[in-house]
Amino acid sequence: MRHILSILLENEAGALSRVVGLFSQRNYNIETLTVAPTEDPSLSRLTLTTNGDDRMIEQITKQLNKLIEVVKLVDLSEGDHIERDLMLIKVKASDGQRAEIKRCADIFRGQIVDVTSSIYTVQLVGASSKLDAFIDAVGDANVLETVRTGVSGLARGEKVLTL
Amino acid sequence: MLSGADMLVRSLQDEGVEYIYGYPGGSALHIYDAVFRQDKVKHVLVRHEQAATHMADGFARATGKPGVVLVTSGPGATNTITGIATAYMDSIPMVIISGQVMSHLIGGDAFQETDMMGVSRPVVKHSLSVQNPADIPSIVKKAFHIATTGRPGPVVIDVPKDMTTPGEEYPYEYPQEVNIRSYNPPVRGHAGQIRKAVDMLLQAKRPMIYSGGGVILGKASELLVEMTRTLGYPITQTLMGLGAYPGSDRQFIGMLGMHGTYESNMAMHNADAILAIGARFDDRVTNNIAKFCPDAQIAHIDIDPSSISKTVQVDIPIVGPVDSVLSEMIALIKESEVQPDKENLSDWWAQIDEWRKRHGGRYLTNEKGLMKPQQVVECLQKLTGGDAYITTDVGQHQMFAAQYLRFEQPNRWITSGGLGTMGFGFPAAMGVQLSFPDETVVCVTGEGSIQMNIQELSTCMQYNIPVKILNINNQSLGMVRQWQDMNYESRHSHSYMESLPDFIKLAEAYGHVGMKIEKLEDLEPMMKKALAMKDKLVFIDVYVDPSEHVYPMQVPTASMRDMWLSKTERT
Ligand SMILES: Cc1ncc(C[n+]2csc(CCOP(=O)(O)OP(=O)(O)O)c2C)c(N)n1
Ligand SMILES: [Mg+2]
Repeated sequence: MRHILSILLENEAGALSRVVGLFSQRNYNIETLTVAPTEDPSLSRLTLTTNGDDRMIEQITKQLNKLIEVVKLVDLSEGDHIERDLMLIKVKASDGQRAEIKRCADIFRGQIVDVTSSIYTVQLVGASSKLDAFIDAVGDANVLETVRTGVSGLARGEKVLTL
Repeated sequence: MLSGADMLVRSLQDEGVEYIYGYPGGSALHIYDAVFRQDKVKHVLVRHEQAATHMADGFARATGKPGVVLVTSGPGATNTITGIATAYMDSIPMVIISGQVMSHLIGGDAFQETDMMGVSRPVVKHSLSVQNPADIPSIVKKAFHIATTGRPGPVVIDVPKDMTTPGEEYPYEYPQEVNIRSYNPPVRGHAGQIRKAVDMLLQAKRPMIYSGGGVILGKASELLVEMTRTLGYPITQTLMGLGAYPGSDRQFIGMLGMHGTYESNMAMHNADAILAIGARFDDRVTNNIAKFCPDAQIAHIDIDPSSISKTVQVDIPIVGPVDSVLSEMIALIKESEVQPDKENLSDWWAQIDEWRKRHGGRYLTNEKGLMKPQQVVECLQKLTGGDAYITTDVGQHQMFAAQYLRFEQPNRWITSGGLGTMGFGFPAAMGVQLSFPDETVVCVTGEGSIQMNIQELSTCMQYNIPVKILNINNQSLGMVRQWQDMNYESRHSHSYMESLPDFIKLAEAYGHVGMKIEKLEDLEPMMKKALAMKDKLVFIDVYVDPSEHVYPMQVPTASMRDMWLSKTERT
């Protein structure tokens, strides 16, 4: 099963390499990874998605918690949560296709952020599955390039991840 | 006001460090100058940085205090990696101070630059790099705190040379305590879980206590003994755990695992309740996990939550320091109305005694008169009566030492369990001997392993370190050869040592004593003589049967109870 782990990490040199190193060292896989400083400059917030059965996820979270720089960790997938991934995607949009692609972008609440005579660049935000669905909808053959930020997320409701 | 280098050395003094083991070089020279200008912290100059880490490790295992290493950047730093990994695998507290090129050169492939933080990352508990000389005291404090608390382990401090420049001085104060917001090792186990474990134990029909190195690291041997005696239950120990419970006590049924006793492995396999204490269900213990102890409920005490249910899924996890958990358990056991069922227990012991008779550590003596390695270890046991510090290298000799020596106290059996590092034993023995000058310290080794750090004969000459090297010389990489005999139709691919040096002359070249023993009748008198030479390093080179195997040996991919008991006999 896919899990979204959200981590507060000391904003120190080398901390990120310990997290990433742990995954390769212990043969866990990282699907997406995003990291940026938080409103507290001493902390970074890191969100990563990984796959594994319950035992593996338990080990991953225990091993992550063992890293000295990991301050706090939650598995967002254990409860209700909001998940967002941002994608910029370049799709072929020549004469016949332009209207169709535009309609598709509208349906997915995407924005066309750059245009040439034969290409649209669309920006889309949503859960990873929504972005995948958009790619399906426009058709693989029309996709020229994609870039995604990776998942970030928060728990729904009152729950907050702070010190 | 002190320079970074002086602050570093002062911090070690204030941390109570007596010995550091190391080797100088460019990036560490300011630090070495600071070492020179004081005499509280004694520096031991090794002949290879790997040996410095093993010395620090041996010291740490024998004293329970952290070992400290000082090396230069680049090759000095990379030479420590095997020793750091060895300490990491066995959770040994150690602080490694490695020089680094000047900050402005980092990343430019400067002379003797290695990314030590990166290279060591997978084998350290933590690493810290100095970015401002003023931080040195607090970084040292942090390093010692992390190395010694929770599940101990090695911590690297990377010190760029410009952090130690003479003349650049800072106010010095060594912090009394550290507070790391993201690091809070557990201080107590969960009361409800502890109660559950006690209930499980008291209701068990075929209970087993399985304890590991965590009991020694957690300084909980006395509590382990008290609980085990109160219950009257059988106890087995891992390679790392030997000595926590007295080896000659009747309730101790021997080591378990790949080369464990027949009775321990049988008792584990048939147990209905197992209490694992500071042990980690290593694959050399469990054999095939799918077939591990099919009928047992398992409770597991460990200070490291990630050790619990990592390989074997346990029923009652208890995260906490072994000493506090064990004292709570003892209190509960004593006040409990339910007590172990006497009849069940005596049936269980009868069964175990039956198993004890089946193998009983027997081995065949050789009709051609070649000495057996087991005889050498038994002789050592007889002459020391268990009153010695024993270090080992890795191989058959290590397993024979584990099987035939009796450890009555903790911290006296010093072996590389997790990493299995050949070359560990001799420098580890040196680290022990320096701190216990009046004790007998014996390194049980093989002619393969000893050559991996043989250069330290020179260090022993310099500091007059009178360890005893017991070289069980089977003229082969015995453990490799055994596997080749058993799995590769005796094709001995590169398991021979075809050009052994004359170890006697080698020892003598460094001013030590060498003894060669080839006949059984010479064994005891000569070993006695060697052990009596209190102020001499003696290299005892004992020639033994190269064809001997270590038994029992678990059958690969099978359960705990599936063992070879001799070359021809299988359970
Ligand atoms: C550094 C290192 N390299 C290789 C091995 C693999 N290995 C394990 S035991 C062994 C043979 C050791 O030979 P020796 O020291 O003579 O001991 P014996 O088994 O003969 O008693 C080898 C090569 C190891 N454990 N460590
Ligand atoms: Mg050998």
